[in-house]
Amino acid sequence: MDLRPRSHPTYLAFVVHRVSGLLLALFLPLHFWALGSAISGEARLDGFLRWADNPLVKAAETVLVVLLAAHLAGGLRVMALEFLGWRRRQKDMVAASAGVALLVGLLFLLNVV
Amino acid sequence: MSGARGQTHLWVVQRVTAMLLGIAVVVHLVTIVTAVRGGLSAREILDRTQGNEAWLAFYVVFALAAGLHGAIGLRNIAAETIGLRGRGADLAWLAAGLVTAGFGIRAALGLYA
Amino acid sequence: MAEPASLKVSVWRGDAFRRYEVPAGTNQTVLDVVTHIQREIDPSLAYRFACRVGMCGSCAMTVNGRARWTCRTHVKRVVGEDGALELRPLANLPVIRDLAADLTPFFDKWQRARGTFQPRDAADGVVPEGALVNVVPEGALVNFVPEGTLGNVVPEGALINDVPEGALVNDVPEDFAVVPPASKARREADAGIECIGCAVCYASCDVVAWNADYLGPAAMNRAWTLVNDVRDGARAERLDAVAGDAGCHSCHSTQSCTERCPKNLDPSSAIAGLKRTLFWDALLGRR
Repeated sequence: MDLRPRSHPTYLAFVVHRVSGLLLALFLPLHFWALGSAISGEARLDGFLRWADNPLVKAAETVLVVLLAAHLAGGLRVMALEFLGWRRRQKDMVAASAGVALLVGLLFLLNVV
Repeated sequence: MSGARGQTHLWVVQRVTAMLLGIAVVVHLVTIVTAVRGGLSAREILDRTQGNEAWLAFYVVFALAAGLHGAIGLRNIAAETIGLRGRGADLAWLAAGLVTAGFGIRAALGLYA
Repeated sequence: MAEPASLKVSVWRGDAFRRYEVPAGTNQTVLDVVTHIQREIDPSLAYRFACRVGMCGSCAMTVNGRARWTCRTHVKRVVGEDGALELRPLANLPVIRDLAADLTPFFDKWQRARGTFQPRDAADGVVPEGALVNVVPEGALVNFVPEGTLGNVVPEGALINDVPEGALVNDVPEDFAVVPPASKARREADAGIECIGCAVCYASCDVVAWNADYLGPAAMNRAWTLVNDVRDGARAERLDAVAGDAGCHSCHSTQSCTERCPKNLDPSSAIAGLKRTLFWDALLGRR
């Protein structure tokens, strides 16, 4: 794919939105199913949470939190364009949504470790 | 549902769920970031959710919105990348979204009971 | 900006790039370069242009990977330091030959999006019956009224507030369409009417590449100007024509159209406007 016509902020925002959306949509059934199974008793849930304590899972969780925050912030930008007609300063809004995503990821990391 | 009318309605569902998720995901992220402070335990989670109708209602709406939103998103990606289109595919995606939401609601009921 | 003595121009000739060495000049446009190649080096090169001044929308090509109007694109703004220039026909369209793309599908989609003005029935008047004059934003100046039409009725420079509140539009001569330039709808329409149909946005849109039926930015930008035209009588049909996967609902707001439009129009926002209108129509059961 030729990147030259696609190298502008709002296109990059689209790619981030699509990739994060795809990964989150694939993760969602897994998340629901695992949670639904683990919740059958307090002991099982604690077992699940202890398994989730290992650093690899923590890293994956951080990635998921960043993806979720990015999809949220990017989605709010798109809806502001669609429903409120905020056509100005789209590039600043892309930057701001990226900032929000990273900030939430950082907050999660600070609290989880 | 392959007609423009059905496609319009799918888009409307996508955006209505997006608006709900815009609120729900903020709540979810805040809950995550505060809950992980000092480590997660089953007792802590269940104390928050057991017998709490507000959390139950929140998670039911959240799961339904997320399931449908993700499925319609996957539908769009499948249409644009592998050319999977048509009424049958749309109905299948809708069903997948509802099944996913069902898993989420099962998990929410587990946290409540 | 670099200004090398000669340009190394790669031109797509249908099956491969052919290279040409073109002397660099001051104020040289990309169209000048193509014309030089055809007139001085290789008469078999096919391309298209008409007005050379950015009005007709005929000369758009892919220049160094991006769709541009070549008559108003200065070489020095797009050329690399080594003088390399890569020319291809517009993307997302069939190619007639070399650099000339076939715009037929592009204009067919304007038709499909009902991109032609359809006047309301003359008998009913061009203004929605019973519309109130106070839809005009307060404080707007009256002197935008074309001289000689209504001018004598209202003192020039008078404020709109001077118009008695609640006055009916029917007070205006029946064949006169009141379209306050400052009204929201008119401003939305005005934002998109300068389109020259060059297909740069269409060639820049990935959704067109992914869905051959997709109407594309220009056709929907046109539709949005007409949806906002109070004199138009085909609003419902037009909104039907732009709904669904082949229309506005497949737009992902990558905004490549807005990014590339040589007239600095914003088709992305126009499509967003169509989505917004259809959203409320669908939610309120109007379709």
